[in-house]
Amino acid sequence: MENTNKIDGSNIKSPSIGGVGEASYIDLYKSHHESIKKHSASVMNGLRDASFAQFEKLGFPTVALENYKYTDLKEVLSIDYGLNINRIPIPVNPYDVFKCDVPGIHSYLYFVVNDGFYPVTDPRNTKLPDGVIIGSVKEVAVTHPELLTDYFGKLSSTKEDGLIAFNGAFAQDGFFMYVPENVVLDKPIQLVNIMRADVDFMAVSHNLIILEKGAKAQLLVCDHTVDEVRFLSNRVTEVFVAENATYEHYKLENTHNKTTNLSTLLIDQANSSTVLANVITLHNGVTRNMIEIDLDGEGCETELCGMVIADKNQQVDNFTSIIHNKPNCNSRELFKYVLDDTAKGAFTGKLYVAKDAQKTAAFQTNRNILLKKTAKMRTKPQLEIYADDVKCSHGATIGSLDETAKFYMQARGISESEARLLLMFAFTNDVIENIRIPALQDRIKMLVEKRLRGELSKCEGCVICQ
Amino acid sequence: MLEIKNLRASINGKEILKGLSLSVNAGEVHAIMGPNGAGKSTLSSVLTGNPAFTVTEGDVTFNGKNLLELTPENRSREGIFLSFQYPVEIPGVSMVNFMRTAVNEHRKYKNLEPMSASDFLKLQREKKELVEMDSKLANRSVNEGFSGGEKKRNEIFQMAMLDPKLSILDETDSGLDIDALRIVANGVNKLKTKDNASIVITHYQRLLDYIVPDFVHVLYDGRIVKSGGKELAYELEERGYDWIKKEVEGE
Repeated sequence: MENTNKIDGSNIKSPSIGGVGEASYIDLYKSHHESIKKHSASVMNGLRDASFAQFEKLGFPTVALENYKYTDLKEVLSIDYGLNINRIPIPVNPYDVFKCDVPGIHSYLYFVVNDGFYPVTDPRNTKLPDGVIIGSVKEVAVTHPELLTDYFGKLSSTKEDGLIAFNGAFAQDGFFMYVPENVVLDKPIQLVNIMRADVDFMAVSHNLIILEKGAKAQLLVCDHTVDEVRFLSNRVTEVFVAENATYEHYKLENTHNKTTNLSTLLIDQANSSTVLANVITLHNGVTRNMIEIDLDGEGCETELCGMVIADKNQQVDNFTSIIHNKPNCNSRELFKYVLDDTAKGAFTGKLYVAKDAQKTAAFQTNRNILLKKTAKMRTKPQLEIYADDVKCSHGATIGSLDETAKFYMQARGISESEARLLLMFAFTNDVIENIRIPALQDRIKMLVEKRLRGELSKCEGCVICQ
Repeated sequence: MLEIKNLRASINGKEILKGLSLSVNAGEVHAIMGPNGAGKSTLSSVLTGNPAFTVTEGDVTFNGKNLLELTPENRSREGIFLSFQYPVEIPGVSMVNFMRTAVNEHRKYKNLEPMSASDFLKLQREKKELVEMDSKLANRSVNEGFSGGEKKRNEIFQMAMLDPKLSILDETDSGLDIDALRIVANGVNKLKTKDNASIVITHYQRLLDYIVPDFVHVLYDGRIVKSGGKELAYELEERGYDWIKKEVEGE
């Protein structure tokens, strides 16, 4: 890190007054809601007080709640984090510090530093196709307010969830992307979330992505931490995929083990749309990914997959829901975990098929390998099927590496450690195969191999960006 | 080359090998025959270091080294090859990657540089022809979705790639039709030199029409109870194993 400027502590509002926990955030909101609003956009402020009331009611989720029983967030939520309510610019230039090294990925590259959109200055970002808008929610609220009003908060505001309510109360900005009708983005959009602070820090942001009819876009989100302080991010992303549109969402987390990543991804699909979401956790601290995909049109194709490699005391919880509201949709879900040491993994696969969603085909698979007896995995398929003409299946397994396969390799002269590595790599391979950006697929293969070899102990740049 | 003395081995506390002795020299082909449950596959497992089996007594030396002290991978690198009775499917590991890793681990053991990609491909092409293996198989996952015959051919292909000193063919004929059997046996015969040796484990004499043994041993109840030339195989084919059992029990 070349840039060692301290962030002026007086500009960061600490919630520590009155102890750390819900109460301190409630106090913070009450005393600072005007500043919060002043530095945000009206479309966000419109929902803010209602979100706050919801947060006051719900508080932070605890293990007493069914949806949170596998991941205890109490400890990470009691840390005294700073929040950048007055939107003081963070002294870091991501374009100087991070150089993209996915060979041949040629993406449109954007940065979010903590929870603020970083102005685009990279000349590599050639002109976007006509009508495509990428920027901060705050900025777009001024330039294209009509794009926000129909969508912002439509998926998130109905959720009864303390973390989403907290996000609604405190998020002041976010990443925005709009792809107009029948526009196909020739390159992936790459969004790098950089966490940069000199004190324990919380980033809260709310992203919005809109694909109009027949549009096509790929988004790659990389979570990346720079400093050795404790970070918590609470990000909500809403995605609207209109008729015949195709959206691919890749999320790659490679953060340090003092990072808590609480992310909510809500996707709404219209008729004949296609969505692929692939959520990969290579290195982290505590992660909870809540993902919900609503199939609100007929003939949708949905692929949701993910992979976790965790060791030491890392925790990863993927809480997923696929909601089939309309007939003739196909969904496939595949999650794989490799857990070592005392790592904890959790997977929930909710699959809801509404009464009218006939001819649904929905398949869910969760497979897990525990490398040590001390690692823990909890998996819960949760199918609710109200239609009678459907094909649905689910499977969950927890096991160790295949000893016969390992011996077979050793009998060919391959060392035990190399055999284990090949098996672990093979285990995660089908999730990697589900990456449809070839350069990214190659890069992730390489990173997974490095991670499994134990050579990727901490984020290397954003993985993608060094 | 291989010297087995009074070998005893068990699995889950049950003794399977009960004092087996066998000596194999370079250039020789030994056939081991015997009824079901005699310990034929246990012998191949123990020689290759399968951790499921425990050696309780006896010595095995391979080219002067104590084989039982070596890890399975080092036994392979020293030149022991087992053609598995049931080759293992490894989804997600490509044949190419698997074989390249194996070849290079062998080279590393001999202090040789890893093989270049082009040399490896050349070697692979050459050896594939030996067993008439479909080149498409090389791009698939190890044994995944291979037919019984393809799996066995793949074993011999791997044997050709690794060029072992001692190859153990465990029921290589099982599940093979006559054409596949000929191809597999042909591959084995082409790999034979005066410096290497083979142990052919089989139920039936059929395979021995193609791979002609110098010695035939009968394994029964964990021991070699009879040894002879290739004519012993014909006698077994004709008379079955009952007379051997009677001979042993009559002792």
